Amino acid sequence: MNLQVRDVEVEAAGTESLPLMGNEAIARGAWEAGVRVAAAYPGTPSTEILESLAGYPASDLYADWSTNEKVALDVAIGAALSGVRAICTMKHVGLNVAADSLMSQSYIGVHGGLVLIVCDDPGIHSSQNEQDTRLFAKLAGVPVLEPSDAQEAYDFTKLAFELSEAFDTPVIVRSTTRLSHTRSLVRVGSRKVPAPKGFVDQPTKTVTIPANARRLHPKVIEREARLAKFLEDSPLTRWEKGDTRFGIVTGATSYLYVKEVAPTASILKLGTAYPLPDETIKAFAASVDRLIVVEELEPVLEKEIRGLGLAAEGKAFFPRIGEFSPELVRAGLAKAGLMDPAPAPLSLDIEPMARPPVLCSGCPHTATFLALRGLSARVAGDIGCYTLAAVEPLRSIDTTVCMGASIANATGMSLSGTETKPIVATIGDSTFLHSGIPPLIDAVYHKANITVVILDNGITAMTGGQDHPGTGRTLRGEPAPRVDYEKLCRAVGVESVRIVDPYEVGRLYQSLREAISTKGVSVVIARRPCVLDPVKIKGTALAVNAAGCVACQSCMNLGCPSITWSDEVHEGRHKVKIDPASCIGCTVCAQVCPSDCIQPVH
Amino acid sequence: MTAANTALPLDDAAAAADPNPAQARNIMIVGVGGQGVLMISKVMALLGQRQGLQVKQSEVHGMAKRGGIVFSHVRFGKEVWSPTIAKGDADALIALEWAEGLRWLDHLKPDTGVFIADTRRIVPPFACRSRKHGATTNYARETPAEIVGRIADGYALDATSIAEELGDVRAANTVLLGTLSVSLGDPAAEWLAVIEELVPKRTREINRKAFEAGRAWAEAARADPELRFDKTIAWRPASRPHADVSFEVTINPAWCKGCDICVKLCPERCLAMSREQVATVKHPEACTGCHVCEWLCPDFAISVKTNVRESATA
Repeated sequence: MNLQVRDVEVEAAGTESLPLMGNEAIARGAWEAGVRVAAAYPGTPSTEILESLAGYPASDLYADWSTNEKVALDVAIGAALSGVRAICTMKHVGLNVAADSLMSQSYIGVHGGLVLIVCDDPGIHSSQNEQDTRLFAKLAGVPVLEPSDAQEAYDFTKLAFELSEAFDTPVIVRSTTRLSHTRSLVRVGSRKVPAPKGFVDQPTKTVTIPANARRLHPKVIEREARLAKFLEDSPLTRWEKGDTRFGIVTGATSYLYVKEVAPTASILKLGTAYPLPDETIKAFAASVDRLIVVEELEPVLEKEIRGLGLAAEGKAFFPRIGEFSPELVRAGLAKAGLMDPAPAPLSLDIEPMARPPVLCSGCPHTATFLALRGLSARVAGDIGCYTLAAVEPLRSIDTTVCMGASIANATGMSLSGTETKPIVATIGDSTFLHSGIPPLIDAVYHKANITVVILDNGITAMTGGQDHPGTGRTLRGEPAPRVDYEKLCRAVGVESVRIVDPYEVGRLYQSLREAISTKGVSVVIARRPCVLDPVKIKGTALAVNAAGCVACQSCMNLGCPSITWSDEVHEGRHKVKIDPASCIGCTVCAQVCPSDCIQPVH
Repeated sequence: MTAANTALPLDDAAAAADPNPAQARNIMIVGVGGQGVLMISKVMALLGQRQGLQVKQSEVHGMAKRGGIVFSHVRFGKEVWSPTIAKGDADALIALEWAEGLRWLDHLKPDTGVFIADTRRIVPPFACRSRKHGATTNYARETPAEIVGRIADGYALDATSIAEELGDVRAANTVLLGTLSVSLGDPAAEWLAVIEELVPKRTREINRKAFEAGRAWAEAARADPELRFDKTIAWRPASRPHADVSFEVTINPAWCKGCDICVKLCPERCLAMSREQVATVKHPEACTGCHVCEWLCPDFAISVKTNVRESATA
């Protein structure tokens, strides 16, 4: 793709092709664009972008995890204002955390190019919602590019830096789970680093006091118009001429599904969702009998196009929730009367077996939540693997809102005066550093009567094991200063702090009981490394002495994936067995077994 | 269905003879986290790439490590658009776990799709949850014998045991690759070269043996349809007759000192402490008669009685 932006030309990709995942393609594009600083907080499906960037030499760029998405964006902003290219990556809900910075930075603009990669999760594969980042982009007045495949992810990321500098704006590149995690061949080029420009004194641009902000806002409006004009004959906007009985306006991965099921249709492929090339859209609409908009999630394009006075149809045929697929797009076009419906698939009348995700064998969180259930606590939960303790058999989490919400939610429960159960907030170590510290200070300040359990497994586990300031290591594996949670809690005024190993079930129980009966804010740090990261832990497996097993199901209450029913039955209940290959020997089941029949294999 | 019309043209000569060369080939690989689904996907993707085709490989990450469902779509052809395979459009479905295979069967092409499944059963804790007297595992009920006969072309083999006998249970996915290579009518050499490139050096030998074992099994199965599913697998009946039983927990309040051991250790959480700090039976209907409370009470204050209604025995 040759892209002309004013006098800046993005070099066409070379001839070398690599099989890259969408996220790796974004990282490659950013590296080639000469990025010097990359910052992020991990979040599915965006995590691999920064991990890939850290695969390039440390002398090329600084890449490391930040404590949260707002911090990451602020780091990237600082770097961009210092005249180098900077990138910040996050999942869709991360943009909520970083939104405050984005809204102001839109006014300020950039110096070195500043690109945000935001990965949405249509279908909610691994998130708490499926919000649409395109709406955020419009709110911020920041252009959002929407690649369809890994090649475009690479191309658009490179282009985003050019646009950022040419139009003096942060630029969002929006990916989705499907794009981020699909691998295909990508033609790549080489790295070119623009000369660092250094910080320029221009306080009327970079200090958003009201007097300056009032002058900056009109520039955002004017920039929107210039960008829209640029898009009219940019390669980002592609008109594919075809059958004129209907024309489809689409972008992102929806474009691929449209090409799959309606290869001969007239298509206007939009590379942006904001701003839009209004004139091209009008001309396209005039060339076809019916105008159909195919877009995942919110009717962003559809509403904008209708705002132009065009009779666009979209969400009447395609859902506003969930992830799209070729079969879904075909069904929508069939509903619109434009295609035949797909033939019926193979029907064997099989009811699929439920296989929900579970906490790993030996997960240190298991015992903690078993104990919290035993203590009949009202538990405000947070985001992490331990959210899985919300369902049977652990079923011990009452609320999960978003990153860092648990402690303040618990404070609110305490202040409400209606709760009779002991109030507990559970929060992982990474989430605590992300956004748990201000609410802890707040809880102490309000003299809330709560117990905060910091589930310290020494890693960001949910996203696949990323380091953070509590692990003492950087993304590149270098040693780093380490946060001391106990000192931190005491420094903000928590007097009751206990550290306990959750594998010692009796002591864990006792610590939690003592903490709960302490007035005011108490903290229990349940410390035991994640069994998967940074090293996979495998100890001596345990086995069930079947003769002694009374099939009481106490161990089944852990929901451990290594423990299943055996074929033997005692008084109508299945005895249990342990899979020696997956059991890591944590001994929690042996500790809860009332008949003492679970022992290590010798 | 004969073997010939399920063979997919992968090599250049066959592709040239393909009447519809723009049509992408669609392979779906499914299983449970940690089984090696992505390894098979990588092999398929690299094979397509070696043949100069466009390849798209799409997977679901995220919850996979935690015992959840894993599935991967691999598509290759002259031109590939969608990263995912539409329902009813898969040329082959490879299942590393039996119930996972059943979950995705409707993605196969109804007339020509090939189903290759390991008969290995990974029973999740979720399926061992019923506390009803006489309850059995809530695992998928359909057996290979029932399924293989009802689809266009199906093979069910105990790949896990084959790999185990060869010395490494983790090579089960390579056994299935061997079986698939026969179904697709491909020469072994090209596949072996790709597999050896992708697996760790020290496991090359075991993977080669596993691949060849999978091929040998498939060739025997194609020669004799009777061999297409492993009949040696003992499939438990879906349910078993049981007596209609109930349990009665009695707590002597005069002997209870309120230590709450029974309350904390009852696996069904039937018991609760009263305001007076005496153990009481809060959910008598949930009792499974395990006697744990009775045995652990330091004051012998609890007794559990089993009532059997023999007339209800099936």
